[in-house]
Amino acid sequence: MRHSPQTMPAPIVQFENVRKTYRMGLVTVEALRGVTFEIQAGDYISIMGPSGCGKSTLLNLLGCLDRPTSGHYRLGGEDVSQMNDDALSAVRGARLGFVFQSYNLIQQLTVVENIEIPLYYQDRPEQQSRALARRMAARVGLEARLEHKPFELSGGQQQRVAIARALVNEPLVILADEPTGNLDSTSGTEVMRLFDELHEQGKTLILVTHDPGVGQRAHRTIRLRDGEIESDVRR
Amino acid sequence: MSEGNSIQSLGDAFRGLSFVRLKRAVRLGVRSLWLHRLRSLLTMLGIVFGVCSVIAMLAIGEGASFEAQEQIKNLGSQNIILRSVKPPEEQKASDKGSQSYVLQYGITYTDIKRIRATIPGVTVVLPARNIRDYVWNISRRMDCELFGTVPWYPEMRNHRVAEGRFFTDNDMDQRKSVCVLGAEIAPVLFPIESPLGKHVRVGGNYYQVIGIMEPRTVVAAKDPGAEANKSALPRMYIPLETARLRYGEVLMRRRQGSFEAERVQLHEVTIKVAALENVIGVAEAIKEVLERNHKKKDYMIDIPLEMLRQAERTKQIFNIVLGSIAAISLLVGGIGIMNIMLASVTERTREIGIRRALGARRRDIIVQFLVETVILSGAGGALGVLLGVIIPFVVSYAAGMKTIITFWSPVLAFGISALVGVVFGIYPAIRAAQMDPVEALRHE
Repeated sequence: MRHSPQTMPAPIVQFENVRKTYRMGLVTVEALRGVTFEIQAGDYISIMGPSGCGKSTLLNLLGCLDRPTSGHYRLGGEDVSQMNDDALSAVRGARLGFVFQSYNLIQQLTVVENIEIPLYYQDRPEQQSRALARRMAARVGLEARLEHKPFELSGGQQQRVAIARALVNEPLVILADEPTGNLDSTSGTEVMRLFDELHEQGKTLILVTHDPGVGQRAHRTIRLRDGEIESDVRR
Repeated sequence: MSEGNSIQSLGDAFRGLSFVRLKRAVRLGVRSLWLHRLRSLLTMLGIVFGVCSVIAMLAIGEGASFEAQEQIKNLGSQNIILRSVKPPEEQKASDKGSQSYVLQYGITYTDIKRIRATIPGVTVVLPARNIRDYVWNISRRMDCELFGTVPWYPEMRNHRVAEGRFFTDNDMDQRKSVCVLGAEIAPVLFPIESPLGKHVRVGGNYYQVIGIMEPRTVVAAKDPGAEANKSALPRMYIPLETARLRYGEVLMRRRQGSFEAERVQLHEVTIKVAALENVIGVAEAIKEVLERNHKKKDYMIDIPLEMLRQAERTKQIFNIVLGSIAAISLLVGGIGIMNIMLASVTERTREIGIRRALGARRRDIIVQFLVETVILSGAGGALGVLLGVIIPFVVSYAAGMKTIITFWSPVLAFGISALVGVVFGIYPAIRAAQMDPVEALRHE
C-alpha cells in the first residue's frame, strides 16, 4: 500500500478493487466487478450510467448500507469494508449524510424532529440537537416550517428537509440518490442550487443520477457500465 | 442475521441503555401509539380484560371463602361436633305412620362417659339437647329451638353474650327456669322494651330472660338438608338440666291417627380437644367408639378443622382455575399484541430503513418496538388493575357480597401483563431489527 500523506491530502473515499456479487436463487449476479477510485475532500461528483449498471449497488456500498464481497473501502482513512453491523450503523450516523429520491422523511415527525434523527442515535443532549436542527432548517430556508409535518410541505420543501437532515451531523460525505427525480423543474433547480452552495462551502457531495442536467453540474463524473467504471471525467 | 446474532443483539439492546435514552424511546413509543389511538386501545383490551377479570374474580372468590372460613372458625377449630340423626331405616318406618312406638336413637350420656374415659386429649365436653317449640311473649309467637346446654357453651363455641349473662353452674344445678335468647328472637318477641328480666312462655312453662346472644352466621354449607333447616331456626338457650326436667328424654309428636315418640338423650355434643394437632386423631377414635356402641348410624361427626381444610383446598383449586383462566386470557391478549406489532413492523418498514440509514443500530430498533409493546401491555395492565379494583367494590355494593382484594393480586396481574409485553414484543422487535436496511428503504 502506498502512503504519501505529505504530498497529497488523504482521500476521503477510497475504493480499491471493490466487487459485489448477489446470489439470486441459482444465478450469481455480479453487480460490481472490481471498482477502484478515490474521492478527495471537497469533491463534487456525479455517478451516472444506464439502469442496471451497478449505480445503486455502488451507492449502497458508499453509504455503508451494504458490505463489498471483496476489495476495500476506506472512508476517512478507516477501512469499513468488513465492519460489523453496529459499527456500520455508527459510521452512517456520524460520517454520512443521505438524500433520497423519495425524501424518506418520517411522516409522524415534524420537520425539526426529522432533521434531528441522526443526532438522536448519537445520544446528543436534546437541547443541543434541537438547536442544531433549527439552524439546519434555517440554512435550507425552512425556519418557518419547523413544526409542520412532511405531508404539509411541497416536494421541494420536503427534499430541503432531507438535505438539512443530511447536514445536521456534519458528515464527511453527502450521498444523494436522484435528489431531483421526484421534483418538478423549478424545485429541482432550487435543490440543485442548494447542492452547489454546499459545494462552495466545502462539502463533499456524491450525486447518483441519470439526469444529464444534474450530472453536468458536478465537477467530476464517474460513468458506470456493467459494473465497471467506463469513464471518470473531471471538468 | 443468524439466530445467534439476533439473540446477541437482543442482549446488547439493554446494555448501555441509559435512562435518558429510555425516556426518549418511551416518548417516541407513546407518540407512535397515539398516532393509532383506536388500534392501540383495541390491542390493549385483551390485556385489560385479562387483568381486570383476574383481580375481580380473585377478590370475589377470596371474599366468599373468607366468609365460609369465618363461619367454620366460629364452630371452633379445636372442636369436634357430634350430632344425633334419625337413622334412615327408622325414618322410613316412622313414615308408615301406622305403628305407635318409641323410637330411640342418638348419642347417649353413656357415649359421652365412654369417650371421656377412653380417649385422652379430650378436655371439655359440651352436651346439648334441642327441642323445637313455640316461644311466646303474651301474644307474640316465634318458632324456635330450645337449646338445652351447659354454662360453658359461649366460650367453647366462640359465641358471646351481647347483653345480660349466660346461665351459671348454679342455675344449672338448681334447674332454674332461665333462658338466654338468640339475637334473632329478642326483637321479634320484645320489639319495644328490653327483654332482660321479662318472662317468655314455652308450652306451660315460663322462663326468665337473663341474656341475649350475639348474632351469628349460620353454617349451612356442609350439613345435609334436614340438619341445615334445623340449625337455621333461632335458638333459645336454657340450662341442660332444666331441659331434662321439663322434657325428659321422650319427645312426643302427635300425628294423624297416631303419635310418634322419640327418645333422644343428647342432640348435640361438642368435644374440645386440648391440642390442635390431635383433633383428627381424636375424631378417628371417637368414630371408633361410637361405631362399636351404635348398631345403627344414628349420629354424625362434624370436624370444623377438616371443613376448614376442605375450604382451603377448595379455595386452592379455585385459585388454580382462576390462574389458568387468567393465563389463557393474558396469552390471548399477548398474541393480539404480537399480531398488531408484526403488522406495525411491516407497515413501518420504510421508517425502519430510514432510521437504520441515519445511524440506528439493530438494538435501537429493538428497543423502539419493544418499548412500544411494553407500553401497550403495561397501559393495558394498569387499566385492567383499575377496573379490577373498581368492579369488586361495585359487586359488594350491588350484590352485597363480601370481596377482598389481596395486595398481591393487582401487583402480580400487572407484573404478568408487563411480562407479556416483553415476551410477545421480542419477536416483532427482532423481525424489525433484522431487516436489511437496503431492502427496507426500497419498501413501498
